[in-house]
Amino acid sequence: MPTRSTGAPGPSIMVAGHFPFMSNIRVLVAKPGLDGHDRGAKVIARALRDAGMEVIYTGLRQSPEMIVSAAMQEDVQVIGLSILSGAHMAIVPRVLQLLRERGMDDVAVVVGGIVPDEDAAELRKQGCAGVFQPGASLEEITGFVRSAARAR
Amino acid sequence: MLHRTLSGIPLENHYGPENVRAPEPPPGEFPFTRGIHKTMYRGKLWTMRQFSGFATPEETNRRYRYLLEQGQTGLSVAFDLPTLMGYDADHSNSLGEVGKCGVSICSLADMETLFDGIPLGGVSVSMTINSPAAMIWAMYLAVAEKQGVAWRELNGTLQNDILKEYIAQKEFIYPPRPSMRIVTDTIEFATREVPRYNPVSISGYHIREAGSTAAQELAFTLRDGIEYVDWAIERGLLIDEFAPRLSFFFNSHSDFFEEIAKFRAARRIWARFMRDRYGARDERSTRLRFHAQTAGCSLTWQQPYNNLVRTATQALAAVLGGCQSLHTNSLDEAYALPSEQAVTLALRTQQIIAHETGAPIVADPLGGSYFIESLTDQLEAQALAYMGRIDAMGGMIPAIERGFPQAEIADASFRYQQEVERGERLVIGVNAFTQSDEPPIELLQIDRTAEESQIDKLRALRASRRQSSVDHTLDNLRRTADENRNLMPAFLDCARAYATLGEMCGALREPFGVWVEQAVL
Repeated sequence: MPTRSTGAPGPSIMVAGHFPFMSNIRVLVAKPGLDGHDRGAKVIARALRDAGMEVIYTGLRQSPEMIVSAAMQEDVQVIGLSILSGAHMAIVPRVLQLLRERGMDDVAVVVGGIVPDEDAAELRKQGCAGVFQPGASLEEITGFVRSAARAR
Repeated sequence: MLHRTLSGIPLENHYGPENVRAPEPPPGEFPFTRGIHKTMYRGKLWTMRQFSGFATPEETNRRYRYLLEQGQTGLSVAFDLPTLMGYDADHSNSLGEVGKCGVSICSLADMETLFDGIPLGGVSVSMTINSPAAMIWAMYLAVAEKQGVAWRELNGTLQNDILKEYIAQKEFIYPPRPSMRIVTDTIEFATREVPRYNPVSISGYHIREAGSTAAQELAFTLRDGIEYVDWAIERGLLIDEFAPRLSFFFNSHSDFFEEIAKFRAARRIWARFMRDRYGARDERSTRLRFHAQTAGCSLTWQQPYNNLVRTATQALAAVLGGCQSLHTNSLDEAYALPSEQAVTLALRTQQIIAHETGAPIVADPLGGSYFIESLTDQLEAQALAYMGRIDAMGGMIPAIERGFPQAEIADASFRYQQEVERGERLVIGVNAFTQSDEPPIELLQIDRTAEESQIDKLRALRASRRQSSVDHTLDNLRRTADENRNLMPAFLDCARAYATLGEMCGALREPFGVWVEQAVL
């Protein structure tokens, strides 16, 4: 049930356990920033789950600090960030920086959303493992996340 | 080729007389399946209303004046995410978001700039805002006062549909019940003080963009409408006092015939509910008026010029479905807010449909088609079944609280994505007829200067306004919230004193609480 509160972050929910041959890949799917368009994040979370990964979806409006803390607690190999509002250049570098500060540079950060080519190149340069633009296939993304997790 | 609609309705090879019931009454007659006016577009073309807004109020004001010069007949304000969430530009949560997805409005001063040189008595203005709709509307009404335009002369629409925020778009601040109280306050205030303004635009657009089917869009939107009607009646308003000013907003998606049938079914369902469930006597209460926007989620990043074609066919469906106003998306919107060139082409698309195709000359030109009538009936039946399930849950708020519409939409969106993934649904340029050598297109760039400019102006405003008046009006707002009186007069006093949007929304976070969603996957 939804909760009425005075601003505490929403509880993370875990989506896992339907598959007999569960891999040990753990992924945090997060929606940072103010944007509430979560169709993509939810579709990706389901697709990763269907591919046998353990997926933790943070829900909406997570700050970079909240995302990195959740990644640490949940001990994930990959963080997937879904951003459609154009705020990626303010958010993703901050997540990467926090990961470095906390000695978690081994966690791969994958971004999906409306990210122009120049920004995608810049984010990769800053340490983002992958950037997926609109139209990317689920198979492509799932495959990328799996190999990024295994490389860690 | 899949033998079913985009929403999964199975289709026959062809349709015949055995697929249809008795003929529908003509356009302009109850239940208005064939259109709400007898003469339809012969009497008045639809309003060409391009949704726009970006960066600062100064820049958006220039875009509005340009669009009006190009023959656009109404304005539609797009706000940025901080404004939509009730944060000022200088709030830490606004970092990187100011002016990106729309125009940043922090106070009455920004609203004055936004409509500078645009007399509000002469243009209808639609505002896409929900959680802070009442506060933004108060600023708008205050601008009208300053321009010397009587509120009774104002035409326009406030989106103000909070229920679909919990269901689909997720730009909520407070929990559903206090939010519904604010919406009901605006309906009551409009009924008494601003009678030509549409206080709510009950919206299926975002429900569809979130991945729903056409039947879900119909059902959840109309059931949201029922919820607003119930709250207004509970407040003591009479159905025929406010129902004529309720308006709707639908998506016009890619499945051409399904969309036309959807619009026709929407009118029929609403008319019957208003008459039979609420006893509406005034025929205007039973006429479902709607704005349509072509489907943003159908636009592709690949081969962006294809989007012009998608938009044209979607716009034609909206016109054949009898819309009252229409927004056509621009070809570059899978990338960014539209450039001036792209938005002009989108407007020209509507003008070509209006003046070259002949589509508007005959009302409901597809009425009587075996296929269209059968599809209209099927969509109506599916929507009514969903609405019955929501009634059984105790209404839309309990349904939202248990995540019902959210889960239905998430399932539908995942099903669609799997069809694309398997290549059963072809999306040209994405999973079929792809091209690798695409030249880049020109895009509108919004840099950080909008954020800096808005923050500078806020700082100057906070230094120059009379702080005691601001404090006084905000205290009064909190008191009004506790005392359960209509909040609109208190919002107006805050706006006139140049209290910021963030201050107004913030003042109510304590008495009302904030809503945190339990995500449904």
